[in-house]
Amino acid sequence: MAMLNFERKYRIRGGTLVGGDLFDFWLGAFYVGFFGVTAAFFSLLGTALLVYGAALGPTWNLWQISIAPPDLSYGLGLAPLEEGGIWQLVTICAVGAFVSWALREVEICRKLGMGFHVPVAFGSAILAYVTLQVIRPLLLGAWGHAFPYGIYSHLDWVSNVAYQYLHFHYNPAHMVAVTFFFTTTLALALHGSLVLSALNPAKGEVVKGAEHENTFFRDNIGYSIGTLGIHRFGLLLAINAGVWSAICIVVSGPFWTRSWTDWWAWWLNLPIWN
Amino acid sequence: MKILIRSMATIVMLGALLAGCGERPPIETKQIGYRGTGMEQNVNPRREVMLKAMNQIGDIQPPADPTGPLAKDIYQNVQVLSDLSVGEFTRVMLSMTEWVAPANQKNCTYCHNGENYADESMYTYQVARSMLRMTRDINTNWKSHVKDTGVTCHTCHRGGPVPSYVWFADPGSGRENAFVGTRAGQNSAITGLGVTTIGHSSLPYDPYSPFLLGDLNIGVNGSTALPTGNRQSTKQAEWTYALMVHMSNSLGVNCTYCHNSRAWADWAQSTPQRTVAWHGIRMARGLNNEYLVPLTNVFPENRKGPQGDVAKINCQTCHQGVYKPYFGESMAKAYPELQGMKPAPVDPTAMPADGTAAAGDAAAAAPAAPAAAPAAGVPMAKVPAKDAPKATPRSGNTAIAALTPTSVDRGRL
Repeated sequence: MAMLNFERKYRIRGGTLVGGDLFDFWLGAFYVGFFGVTAAFFSLLGTALLVYGAALGPTWNLWQISIAPPDLSYGLGLAPLEEGGIWQLVTICAVGAFVSWALREVEICRKLGMGFHVPVAFGSAILAYVTLQVIRPLLLGAWGHAFPYGIYSHLDWVSNVAYQYLHFHYNPAHMVAVTFFFTTTLALALHGSLVLSALNPAKGEVVKGAEHENTFFRDNIGYSIGTLGIHRFGLLLAINAGVWSAICIVVSGPFWTRSWTDWWAWWLNLPIWN
Repeated sequence: MKILIRSMATIVMLGALLAGCGERPPIETKQIGYRGTGMEQNVNPRREVMLKAMNQIGDIQPPADPTGPLAKDIYQNVQVLSDLSVGEFTRVMLSMTEWVAPANQKNCTYCHNGENYADESMYTYQVARSMLRMTRDINTNWKSHVKDTGVTCHTCHRGGPVPSYVWFADPGSGRENAFVGTRAGQNSAITGLGVTTIGHSSLPYDPYSPFLLGDLNIGVNGSTALPTGNRQSTKQAEWTYALMVHMSNSLGVNCTYCHNSRAWADWAQSTPQRTVAWHGIRMARGLNNEYLVPLTNVFPENRKGPQGDVAKINCQTCHQGVYKPYFGESMAKAYPELQGMKPAPVDPTAMPADGTAAAGDAAAAAPAAPAAAPAAGVPMAKVPAKDAPKATPRSGNTAIAALTPTSVDRGRL
């Protein structure tokens, strides 16, 4: 596969966490590494298991295929393949693949002598997934509390689990998480449009740089966070979106069993007016 | 250092959040649907202990001899319990005293004139008579909801003359025509006479008047994914949600106890409990209209709500936070006297001055009594309880489909 002439310079040996030189090579554009092998192994096996589960199930309708977790009666034990066992194996594969991918990112960072911001950011998404599928089921005492693997079925699960707490929008951590998600998109839209506006000036104008960008926001809202700051801010927002998603679901059940509206009674019970 | 401070701040915030929750594992969960559908009930065993302590059945008197002379032949003015032996009659009276008007409430004389026990002059006497009719009516004609568990006075009263959970009509804020300050029947977390809270939400706090007194349409869902003519508004949905949250709070269950939220209206995807609840709504509505509203002029002013209406019942009145009152333990089974097995045939709205004559008439009219009850000028459910479907024990989805109420009610509630 063709390689750009400067690329070779960045293909640096070493930096691996596991396996030494064994998998320290590239396959076309892709760095392989030990975790590239495990990521491929887990994702292919997991996908194959999903297809096997679909074959056992009643439909090949892509929307309706569902690989459900075991009944609650199995607790934290193993279930027969057709009664949630496939779900358990798929979950192991999914966690294995996600974590492999993050560690592969770490290895690449080490090769390049970079910080670990990318794998850390990806880690917040993994945390949300692991919280939903592993941590919360562990706290509640059964794998059956996790969501099923299916396009419609996981949405049905989300809906019913939300209604287990009557009104999930009153969940304070959910409020925070949703706010972070929306703010992330707001920040990305502001940042993206600002950069594009500087790089696409009116006809006859020269391309603008950071000072113009800063001045735009100083004129507009009195403050500019700056070229580096916007990326720190964006990362903070995005990571918090994932982390608070994890928090909002892990408190639902293990630490709160009732309607989320009732949680706010602490406000009414404040000694100031009660 | 910065990172340390940040992570410490996060930990403090998390700690505060969890402390605010005040609950912790282990939590007991019960699966009520196919695996992975999220249809589950969550029970905190520590809270359950407290709830169980608050929902103990009342004292049960030793059984009475059903033979022997009838109470109505020995005592004067026995109208409702005219089929009971003296022993049974006395047992009911004793039990009522313990359940409704114990020692700190003057015992017998809470309802009776101590000089003449047949005297009808006390309002409590008349209310108690009507409530006895109601109890027998429930145990006989509302088995669609109470099954064989049945009810006694204690189910609602729990040792007090006024049940803990009753409702009055919303008096409004008094600022309905003002520029600001109109509550529009919602947005209240404060409770008071006629003002309750629907789970501390902003939902309308008096869903009882339209649904448990009137028979306004409860179902607001369209039956198709895309709009095809359903004109129900978000505002109407809020009232329905208020009723549903009331039911949920009253029973200590979440939405998935009855519904699969992917298709609220679809009976085929709902649990059997939804059918029982459907009958429960009709029962509360029927009892409010048949027994409580007719007592409006019997009650003194101080027992009425700010709008001058009588105390009325909702789901909470009996359930008191539990999916089945007393967690399903039956008091009524120990009280054949209250089962109405020997139906006391009377027109529940009639309050004849001459009790002796009425008792005689009633005995003769016995077979007609069940039919007479819904005819008391009451806006009851369109489908009388007897015609509505029987709920069957849970046994999978096919059974659920079989007990779908009539097509008229499909998608309603």
